[in-house]
Amino acid sequence: MAEHRTYEESIKFVYYGLGLLAFITLIEVGVSLFGKGHIWEGAKGNPWVLYGAGFLIIVLSVYKAYFIIYEFMHLGGEAKGMAMSILLPVLLLVWGVIAFMQEGGSWGARRELIDEKNALPAQDINNDTGMLDNTKTISLEKAMEG
Amino acid sequence: MAEVAEHKVDNTPAGEEWNGGAEPFKASYGKLMMWYFLLSDAFTFAGFLIAYGALRFSNPSWPEPDFVFQTAPFGIEGMPLIFVTFMSFLLIISSVTMVRGVQEGHRNNTSGTAFWMLLTIIGGLGFLGCQAWEWNNLINTEGMTALTNPFSRFEEGGQYVSAADLEKAGYVKTTKVLVEDAKPEDNIPAATYYLAPGTEDIKENRFFVKRDHHQMHAAMHGAHGDDHGGDHHGDDHGAADKAGTTFDASEPYLITYNGETKAYELGAYKSAGGEIKNESFGPKAFGGLFFFITGFHGFHVFSGLAFLTVIMINVLSGLYVERNNGHEMVEKIGLYWHFVDLVWVFVFLAFYLL
Repeated sequence: MAEHRTYEESIKFVYYGLGLLAFITLIEVGVSLFGKGHIWEGAKGNPWVLYGAGFLIIVLSVYKAYFIIYEFMHLGGEAKGMAMSILLPVLLLVWGVIAFMQEGGSWGARRELIDEKNALPAQDINNDTGMLDNTKTISLEKAMEG
Repeated sequence: MAEVAEHKVDNTPAGEEWNGGAEPFKASYGKLMMWYFLLSDAFTFAGFLIAYGALRFSNPSWPEPDFVFQTAPFGIEGMPLIFVTFMSFLLIISSVTMVRGVQEGHRNNTSGTAFWMLLTIIGGLGFLGCQAWEWNNLINTEGMTALTNPFSRFEEGGQYVSAADLEKAGYVKTTKVLVEDAKPEDNIPAATYYLAPGTEDIKENRFFVKRDHHQMHAAMHGAHGDDHGGDHHGDDHGAADKAGTTFDASEPYLITYNGETKAYELGAYKSAGGEIKNESFGPKAFGGLFFFITGFHGFHVFSGLAFLTVIMINVLSGLYVERNNGHEMVEKIGLYWHFVDLVWVFVFLAFYLL
């Protein structure tokens, strides 16, 4: 795209880029503070506002990344095959993010489970046999219901 | 730019594409390899940031960024994300000056290229200076290190208690120097804290009367100047005393770090159930991830500055005019510098905005 610009036009475009990136950054900070309830108290603790703000910030950040790569780093002006050889591998990261956030969530659930198990009374040892006395064991499912 | 483009025209006759010399990507070897290096570096950073996300998702309480990062130089407190927004602007501006440098390079304007590269270097140095201040503030003032994280969130509501409350509940007042192998010439004052009857004197069992961290520091540095020698801790920070303050579940807190006694003061509170508890340290991973990832990014900025300086000197010497390839070296370091800005977009997103 930049190839078609004259020298004067490309200088103008650089300052347009500066304004755009600075503006998006300010919007991001504003949305982030709003989502955390700093601008309007009523938004605090509302999960819809928090997740909505998070989603919006991620979209804006990805747009900033696109702008930097395509305009400042000129990837838009390179051969298509070259651009694809760089951009397509990045798609692997999309899966990485989804998989590891899922993994983190499941890890968190496991931590909670361990905390709940630790809160249970220990299994008693039968003095005659030296084995675990299963009759005295509280089943985990029951304890979690209670 | 037109004369540069001519280098890239593929003159290979049909049917001889596999005989070597064809350039399907119409880019020089150096530029192509810079792109693939940046691709691999993107994977490295993505790995770190994904680890941050996974650990954050797995912890029941995670420090709130707008609470952790609310301090700026010149005594500014309670301004969430303002300082780091300024740091982002510095990087964006230095990225823009870099684009201008590359543009002048294409026109073989050596002094223009060097001028814009110098502005880029100044922007990068400013960013590193801000980061140094941020790290110093977190480590030495707030007491966050790679292994200790005093920032966390309450899992239940409650109220901070006073010394009288603790004594009434049978807690034993203890005064002790908490720094191991402290020498007398270090002049480290003793800390005053309370122990539940019959409990061991270890970090997690020490109950302190909650003091506001930042007010305490303001009082120390305001009232006593640089005099750290005396035994003037304790009652003279009455203004910072937070006993009696109530809080709700999920409210963020910072364990007070006393710079004089070098001790973390775990604030004592009464939970909604009437039990006396003290604040606990936040998830340990937070400090390590923060210092490692922002440090790794800062190291990229630092090495970028070193390359920029060398290339700027080469520009001034006229080396790249001789090469007659439109200052391609400036374009390559430009790619690296934009990448540093690009990574910051995502570090800023993960650590500060979300």
